[in-house]
Amino acid sequence: MRFSLMILGAPYSSQSVATALRFTQAAIDAGHSFHRVFFYHDGVNSGNALITPPQDENNIPQQWQSLADKHGIDLVVCIASALKRGVLDKKEAERYEQTNHNLNNGFTISGLGQLVDASIESDRLITFGP
Amino acid sequence: MILHTVNQSPFNNQSFADCLKFCRKGSSILLIEDGVYAGKKGTEYSALIESNNNINFYALAVDVKARGLTEDLSPAISLISDREFVDLTVTHKSVQSWF
Repeated sequence: MRFSLMILGAPYSSQSVATALRFTQAAIDAGHSFHRVFFYHDGVNSGNALITPPQDENNIPQQWQSLADKHGIDLVVCIASALKRGVLDKKEAERYEQTNHNLNNGFTISGLGQLVDASIESDRLITFGP
Repeated sequence: MILHTVNQSPFNNQSFADCLKFCRKGSSILLIEDGVYAGKKGTEYSALIESNNNINFYALAVDVKARGLTEDLSPAISLISDREFVDLTVTHKSVQSWF
């Protein structure tokens, strides 16, 4: 089966990100595939490349990145949610004349259309609330 | 049938009560994260669960264990693994999250 997820919780504040990561791994182990993970509201913080947890703690952005790399999952952060929370890619930083950008590799910034697409293209869309 | 997930404790959030109102006969409710507190034995919420024979109740075992509730959970609730969570999303037509 083909899954997509929507994640609303921020890493290190809400358990939802950890639950979603475990769900993703369990589904992959069971032979399922993933179309997209859509990060919305505070969930966009999972795409912040500057998150630097202590070395003996989980690096959540990195965990998403490596899962996506290995299994071809599209990681999308919502543009409206991301810009408000200071998560920008190079293009948006230039557009708004910001000196820095911090979107992690493996993530892309896009709109709600990608969430609609995920619901159409996937057998199941599962929301992990904050 | 729909799989409903609840991730908030019923003691400080309405989502479990709201979910119960909308959940139809034959559907399932999966308690995850702080949602597992709804299954604590001897509470008004576990009483609601025990008196409802039309809905299947599950709780995510890792979240129950993390909260020290393994021995203190209503017998009307089935403990499941992450893998079984995935299986439930497959066997149900859609998943509705309450938070």
